[in-house]
Amino acid sequence: MDSTVVSTGTEEKTWGGGKDPLKASYGKMMMWFFIVSDALTFSGFLAAYGFSRFKFMTEWPIADEVFTHVPFLHGQDLPMIYVAFMTFILIMSSVTMVLAVDAGHHMNKSKVTIYMFLTIIGGAIFLGSQAWEWGTFIKGDYGAVQTNGGNILQFGEYITVDGEKTFKRVSIEDLAITQPSERVDHERKNGIWFTDEGTLPLFSVDEIYAGLAANENVLVRNQILDENGHKTVLSRAESLKQIKENGKLVVKGANLQVNEYGPSLFADFFFFITGFHGFHVLSGVILNIIIFFNVVLGTYERRGSYEMVEKVGLYWHFVDLVWVFVFTFFYLV
Amino acid sequence: MAHEHKLEIFRGRWKFKSNIEKIWGVLVFLSVITAVEVILGIYKPEILMHTWLDPLEGGFFATIGNMILSPIVYMKPLNLIFILLTIVKAYYIAWDFMHLRDETGSFRKMIVWTGVFLICYLVFILLQEGGYVFSVYNADHALIKKDF
Repeated sequence: MDSTVVSTGTEEKTWGGGKDPLKASYGKMMMWFFIVSDALTFSGFLAAYGFSRFKFMTEWPIADEVFTHVPFLHGQDLPMIYVAFMTFILIMSSVTMVLAVDAGHHMNKSKVTIYMFLTIIGGAIFLGSQAWEWGTFIKGDYGAVQTNGGNILQFGEYITVDGEKTFKRVSIEDLAITQPSERVDHERKNGIWFTDEGTLPLFSVDEIYAGLAANENVLVRNQILDENGHKTVLSRAESLKQIKENGKLVVKGANLQVNEYGPSLFADFFFFITGFHGFHVLSGVILNIIIFFNVVLGTYERRGSYEMVEKVGLYWHFVDLVWVFVFTFFYLV
Repeated sequence: MAHEHKLEIFRGRWKFKSNIEKIWGVLVFLSVITAVEVILGIYKPEILMHTWLDPLEGGFFATIGNMILSPIVYMKPLNLIFILLTIVKAYYIAWDFMHLRDETGSFRKMIVWTGVFLICYLVFILLQEGGYVFSVYNADHALIKKDF
């Protein structure tokens, strides 16, 4: 550590520098200060998320129904398994980081190299997983109809599995009956010249309504949670009435304005908080790569201290720490 | 810089021979907690889905009591368990992975107490009036109408 500090030649004097307040080096302490302030940022986001959930306390989407996908296991309903895997990957890469720091304390260059490499791989796997998670979330699952008031109406039917009556979701693709339509896309040449029309929904509400009317057993489910924590399924007559009178827009997937899972704030916070966390992971991976090359080049060997690994390690663990909270508040609570 | 490590967790109930062994021990502990969370999250035991205690009623002291007991009175036991397990995980990540356990006591307190105090304050400000915000959106004569 001594070699990281410029020597003033007055170390032996009390005010001459060379003292370590709280027995921590300057760099490490500043990394901790940064971490504390960043923790406040994240807790601000998560508290805002909690605050917004109060508005929609009785109609927030159920995470188990939203995050059910696992790569390569298409069509299976596996809530939480994939996020648990992501959590484990991140904790695991935290462990390899601690091992790298520990090897650094023993000035073992080859071990630091291996563990730093494994940490970077873990971070990359996590980032890839998160990209996949986002992709699945954006692409959507069953689709839904949004009402004038911004509520989401989903479709499904009761089926009997093992003697138990369960509500199985029906996707809008299976439901809709395509109809000839007079709808003309707005183009620059036939409308306001400086705007294009955004992507049109897959179907019109009329097409969904025709499909709903034709399928006797399909029912509409709204956002309201009953006392057992399930979404309310409407009666057949009420289903038809809701789509006919209140249906405004067919939604599939999620973006910042609408999403098929529930209130738009749900997707907004999901994108914002997991995105901000993912950005931290990305910068952590980049920092790790820089430190990795410094280790390989023997910079810290020459410096006589691997404290830089320790400092970047603190940041990396912090990213893991934040994920633990994001995991709880987005996927569990 | 000295690299002495405190090699015991759970207040000395689980001792390790080396720092590396301690790291793996903490990993096992964190993995077990995560597994418990996931299993609880998938199966959602019925007994944990409803609050065990209704809000107290009758006057000033009941209100104070509700505020003090709000995690029990207003939160599903399952969610309370999730939050407590998360804090336990956070503790072991900070103490053993970020080796706060090995830092000078005052340095550790400076970091942890500052954060804990400010975060508690922030969470209190934002969540205290959650019930009112809910009523703005959802009461019988809500100020904001969503269902039309």
